[in-house]
Amino acid sequence: MKIAVCVKQVPDSWAEKKMVGGVLDRENVDAVLNDLDEYAVEEALRIAEAHGGNEEGGPHTVTVISMGPERATEAVRKALSMGANGAILVSDAALAGSDALATSAVLAKVISDGGYDIVICGTESTDARMSVVPAMLSARLGWAQLTFASKVVVDPAGKVSITRVTEAGVDEISAAFPVVVSVVEKINEPRYPSFKGIMAAKKKTIEQKDLAAVGVAAQSAWSQVKDATPRPPREAGLKVNDEGSGGEALATFLAEKKLI
Amino acid sequence: MSTVLILADFSGDHATKTTAELATAAARIGSVSAVVLAPAGKGAALAATVNQGPISNVIVIESNDFASHGVAAVADALAGVVKDKSPAALLIASHAFGKEVAARVAVLTESGIITDAVDVAADATATQLVFGGSTTVHSQVSQGTPIITVRPNSIDADVSAASPAIENATAAISDIAKKATIASSQPPVKGGRPELTEANIVVSGGRGTDGNFSAVEAFADLLGAAVGASRAATDAGWYPHSHQVGQTGKTVSPQLYVACGISGAIQHRAGMQTSKTIVVVNKDPEAPLFDIADFGVIGDLFNVLPQATAAVAAKKG
Ligand SMILES: Cc1cc2nc3c(=O)[nH]c(=O)nc-3n(C[C@H](O)[C@H](O)[C@H](O)COP(=O)(O)OP(=O)(O)OC[C@H]3O[C@@H](n4cnc5c(N)ncnc54)[C@H](O)[C@@H]3O)c2cc1C
Ligand SMILES: Nc1ncnc2c1ncn2[C@@H]1O[C@H](COP(=O)(O)O)[C@@H](O)[C@H]1O
Repeated sequence: MKIAVCVKQVPDSWAEKKMVGGVLDRENVDAVLNDLDEYAVEEALRIAEAHGGNEEGGPHTVTVISMGPERATEAVRKALSMGANGAILVSDAALAGSDALATSAVLAKVISDGGYDIVICGTESTDARMSVVPAMLSARLGWAQLTFASKVVVDPAGKVSITRVTEAGVDEISAAFPVVVSVVEKINEPRYPSFKGIMAAKKKTIEQKDLAAVGVAAQSAWSQVKDATPRPPREAGLKVNDEGSGGEALATFLAEKKLI
Repeated sequence: MSTVLILADFSGDHATKTTAELATAAARIGSVSAVVLAPAGKGAALAATVNQGPISNVIVIESNDFASHGVAAVADALAGVVKDKSPAALLIASHAFGKEVAARVAVLTESGIITDAVDVAADATATQLVFGGSTTVHSQVSQGTPIITVRPNSIDADVSAASPAIENATAAISDIAKKATIASSQPPVKGGRPELTEANIVVSGGRGTDGNFSAVEAFADLLGAAVGASRAATDAGWYPHSHQVGQTGKTVSPQLYVACGISGAIQHRAGMQTSKTIVVVNKDPEAPLFDIADFGVIGDLFNVLPQATAAVAAKKG
C-alpha cells in the first residue's frame, strides 16, 4: 500500500498569536507539528506495520505531505523521525495567505500525482481550526471520505472501514481504495521518535517543490479578513476560599448576576 | 429580495433551535429558504418541525442516500440547490457534520467559506473569535456564494412561529458521493438534559470528580443546564465522549459555564473560553482556569456544589 499523511506546521498552541495585515503572523512564533497530525502519522505507521511494515524494501510506504514555508521542514522531520519513509513539502512565496480551498487544491494535486491508496489527515489544524481540508481533499480527488475516525481497519486488498465519531453519533463506514481518512485524537497514542528514528530521519529525503513543480497555479484566498481587533483579555474576577460557605457565595454571585 | 439558503439542522425528528438561529442571521441578508434533506417518505414530517424563525419557504429533498452516504451525499444535494437558486449566501450549523458539508459545497460550487462565525451581518460579513477568543475578526467571502458556518448558541434566535411554503425538489447525487457507505449509525445517547451546544448554562466536571458526577448533575439539573466534561473525564469513561468540551470536543459559548474539578488546560479552554460568565470550583488555588474565571471558589467540589445547590434552590423558592 502507498499511504500518504498530510501534516501541517502550526504555531505552538501556547504562543501568543497576532494578525498582521489580515493573516496570522507565523514569523515570530515557535512552530511545531500540529499535534492532531501526530495521530495521523501514528495511524499510518500502524496500518503499515499491521500488514508487513514500511521498512526499506518492505511492502508499504508512508509519505508525509505538507504545504507551508521552508521552515516547515522541522515539522516534517518530526514525522519522518516517527518512522515515515519520505516527504514532499510544497513551499512557494505565492502560497502565503492561502485559505483552506487553495491549500486543498495544492495538496490534492500532489496526492493524485503520487498514486496513493490511503491519505490520512488530522481532524483539525490547531491554528486554523476549520476541520475542512480532509473533506475538501475528498471532494477534489473524487475519493471516498472516511473522516473523524476513532478506529480504522484496513484490508490491504483494497478496503477501509472506520468508526466515525461526531456529535451526530457513531457511524460504521467503509469504502474501497483510494480513500481520504481523518483521525480523531482518541484513536491511538503517538510514539515518541526514538534516537535511532531521529538519526535515520536526517538521511531521509524531503522533496521540496514550488508551485511550478507541483503543476498548479496559485489561487488567491476566496475569503478576506476586513479587520482583526484584539479583545481585552479576560480578567480574573473574585476568588473566594471555601471556609464552609463557598457554595453560598457561589449562589449569591449567580443571583447578583441574574443567572438564576 | 434575494434568497438566502440555510441547511435546516435536526436532532432526531425535530429541527433544532440552531435552525432558528441560522434563519435569524440569514434574514438580515435576504428572504430565507430552509433546505430539508430527508429520508424517503419523511420530508413532510421533518419540514413541519421547521416552524420557528423568519423562514419564507422550505425546500424539501427526499433521498435515502443521505443516510447511506452521509456528508458527501448531503453536500451534493445542497450544491445542486445552490446552483439552482444562486442565493446571496448559504448558512450551515458549525459542527463537525455542518463544516464538512460546507467544505464540499465550497469545492463543488467554487465558493469561499468561513467557519465558526458567531455573527453574520446584512452584507454577509462574518464575525469570528479566533486564537482562543483573544481576537475578533470580520471577514467576507469574495468568490462565489458566501458559505458561512455559524456556531450554535451565538445568535439570539427569533423564534416567532413560521408557516413557510413547502417546495419539493430532487437532487442528483453523484457516484463519487456514493463511494463511502454507512453500514450502521447510532444516534448520540440523549438524556433529559438540554443539548450541550444549545444550552444557556453548562456545568462541567473533570478529573476532580473522580468519576462521581452526581454533585455536578444535581447542580446542572437545578439550573436547567447541560452537563459537560473534560477529556480526562471522558477518557476515563466517566462520561460519554459526546459531552467533552474542548478542542477535540465541543465548543460551547453559554451565558454561564461552571467548571468543577477542571484544571484549565489550553485544549479545554479552547472549547469554553468565549462563555459569557465563567465560574470555577477547584481545590487547587493555582489551577490556571481561575485566571479567566469571573468567580472562583477554592474548595472541594463535593462540599461546594451541594451547598450551592441548596442555596440556589432556596433563592429560587
Ligand atoms: C491533542 C489533544 C486534544 C485534547 N483535547 C481536549 C479537549 O477537547 N477537551 C479537554 O478537556 N481536554 C483536552 N485535552 C486534554 C487536556 O490537555 C487536559 O489533559 C485535560 O483537559 C485535563 O482534564 P482535567 O482538567 O479534568 O484534569 P486535570 O488537569 O487532572 O485537573 C483536575 C483538576 O481537578 C482539581 N480537583 C481534584 N479534586 C478536586 C475536588 N475534590 N474538588 C475540586 N477540585 C478538585 C485539581 O486541583 C485539578 O486542577 C487534549 C489533549 C491533547 C493532547
Ligand atoms: N498546509 C497543510 N499541509 C498539509 N496538511 C494540511 C495543511 N492544512 C491542513 N492539513 C491537513 O488537514 C487537516 C485539517 O486541517 P484544517 O481543515 O485546517 O483544520 C490537518 O490536520 C492536516 O492533516
